[in-house]
Amino acid sequence: MIAVELRKLVRRPRTWISIGLICALPVAVAIFVSVSHLAPPPGQGTAFLSAILQDGSLYPAAALALVLPVFLPVAVAVVAGDAVAGEATAGTLRYLLIRPIGRTRFLVAKLVTIIMFVLIAVVTVAITSYLTGVLLLGPAVPAAVGQPGAGQQLQTGGVQAGSAATSLSGPPLTALQLIERVGGTIAFITVSMLGVAAIVLFLSTVTDSALGSALGGLAVLIGSEVLATLDAAASIRPYVPTRYWLAWIDFFRQPIFWRDIQRGFGIQVVYVAVFLAAAWANFGTKDITT
Amino acid sequence: MIVTRALTKRFGQIVAVDSVDLTVGDGDRYGLLGPNGSGKTTLVRMLLGLVYATKGEIEIMGLRMPKHAGRVLTEIGALVEEPAAYPHMSGRANLALLDAAGPGGERGTRRRRVGAALERVGLAGAGRRPVRAYSLGMRQRLGLAAALVRTPRLLILDEPSNGLDPRGIRDIRDLLIELNQAGTTVFLSSHLLAEVERLCTRVGILDRGKLVVQETLSALQAPTGRVVVTSPDADRVAALLDGRVETRDGARIVVRHEDAAALNARLVGECVRVTEIRPQRRSLEQLVLETTGAGSDQVDGSPDTHGTPLRKNPRESEQ
Repeated sequence: MIAVELRKLVRRPRTWISIGLICALPVAVAIFVSVSHLAPPPGQGTAFLSAILQDGSLYPAAALALVLPVFLPVAVAVVAGDAVAGEATAGTLRYLLIRPIGRTRFLVAKLVTIIMFVLIAVVTVAITSYLTGVLLLGPAVPAAVGQPGAGQQLQTGGVQAGSAATSLSGPPLTALQLIERVGGTIAFITVSMLGVAAIVLFLSTVTDSALGSALGGLAVLIGSEVLATLDAAASIRPYVPTRYWLAWIDFFRQPIFWRDIQRGFGIQVVYVAVFLAAAWANFGTKDITT
Repeated sequence: MIVTRALTKRFGQIVAVDSVDLTVGDGDRYGLLGPNGSGKTTLVRMLLGLVYATKGEIEIMGLRMPKHAGRVLTEIGALVEEPAAYPHMSGRANLALLDAAGPGGERGTRRRRVGAALERVGLAGAGRRPVRAYSLGMRQRLGLAAALVRTPRLLILDEPSNGLDPRGIRDIRDLLIELNQAGTTVFLSSHLLAEVERLCTRVGILDRGKLVVQETLSALQAPTGRVVVTSPDADRVAALLDGRVETRDGARIVVRHEDAAALNARLVGECVRVTEIRPQRRSLEQLVLETTGAGSDQVDGSPDTHGTPLRKNPRESEQ
């Protein structure tokens, strides 16, 4: 079933169109920045964006910070919303279930597919934006990875991206460290998106409207963003799903600033567990009448 | 093959299926009839484990459903309401994908089985076209092909002739009879009474969730003890058989008589010309209209005598 779901994901034009669109935004931003040489001052606007003028190879980090707040969650919500409700509307859900595929197995297969989608999207954004950054903005030092100079540049980027809140010191990043940190970033973003996916997947088992569940999930995220910036809601602020979404930026500090990363990870794990359990409980006992 | 006991499904206040005791034997061609909203589809969905029963039991091939759904459903091919497929993929790819998704679809034989199923339903030439280019009838055929890919022991088909033209309906009927003769039990629901009359050996009629009739077709269509005579000498027939005439409509007379042949011999002996003479049988249409017309004053006889006694209604017993 998992293999079949992945095949469906890969063969679906929508998958590639949405990933293409996600990749297009950073490319467009890179074009504007490279032409105008105007970037937000350090500590303002999108993280890392000020650093990329100095080093184009840092652009993947800026690109991820660009697509993370809206583009990526929208795409994930669309895919997750479609997972159950879309099959229900199309009528294919009942034929899959009587094939027979157990309902738990069905949900697991859908979840794996969503994780694969997020991974493909994040890695594609990283690769295309790296190429765009190097081509349009130029690397500060050619072949950024593995050279002490590049590591130094990266640290500088980290300082500027981190709203200059922390002073950083330490040796430059080695190639291995860089790969570890990029891996950590991808893992953290994937887990964050999994939180979105779990919420939307639950909604997708509640309603038969793929659009409804996707929009419901986005409404939760927008609500979360509002609360995350509202001082009056300070008491619940640490627990809203989007609070630590950008904590992966701390991977690019030296040494890594773990506190927010750990909290963000922990919160997402709780959201994923709670909403997947709810999705499972609801879907497992639901009458399929579509 | 299928046995249900006091099977009941309630959606809120509505009792969609009400204490149904269904019995489908091995090798039956069972036709489930009933007006729209009588609970046919809900019953079919419960048999397939898509909708969970509020009360009662389902046993298919001797195993409890939906507890043993994983084992039972591999032996069942089904069509539930309309067929469904991924429109951007070809019919062949859809069948292969569905086959690969679940258990029991051996990979080595998949190509051959999918090809054979498409050929059986008459889609061999269209298997590579995307489903979005299929007509309604082609989609219906594809849905049937999907049910046949793993040579099931039991076919559960909800409105199998939906969207088909007369030739398509005949093709599918011939196919189902052929499969049945090779040992497949066929359970289908339909609006098309004539279709069920031609295809099925056993009939069940649902009315407002209750199974009001369950009988072999031949028993349902047993002679009524009346003979229909059509004659240009209708007046003479009426005079000759005075006292036995039930109704007369122009040249067509219905008389009480057990033996059409003897009646024919007598009429001919009296030099009465006979255009047509046959024992009267109840048509399925008549039966359905009678048994599902409960509550209407125009119905002859009491439909409740056919139905499940009211005290078996779980709602009543709870109150």
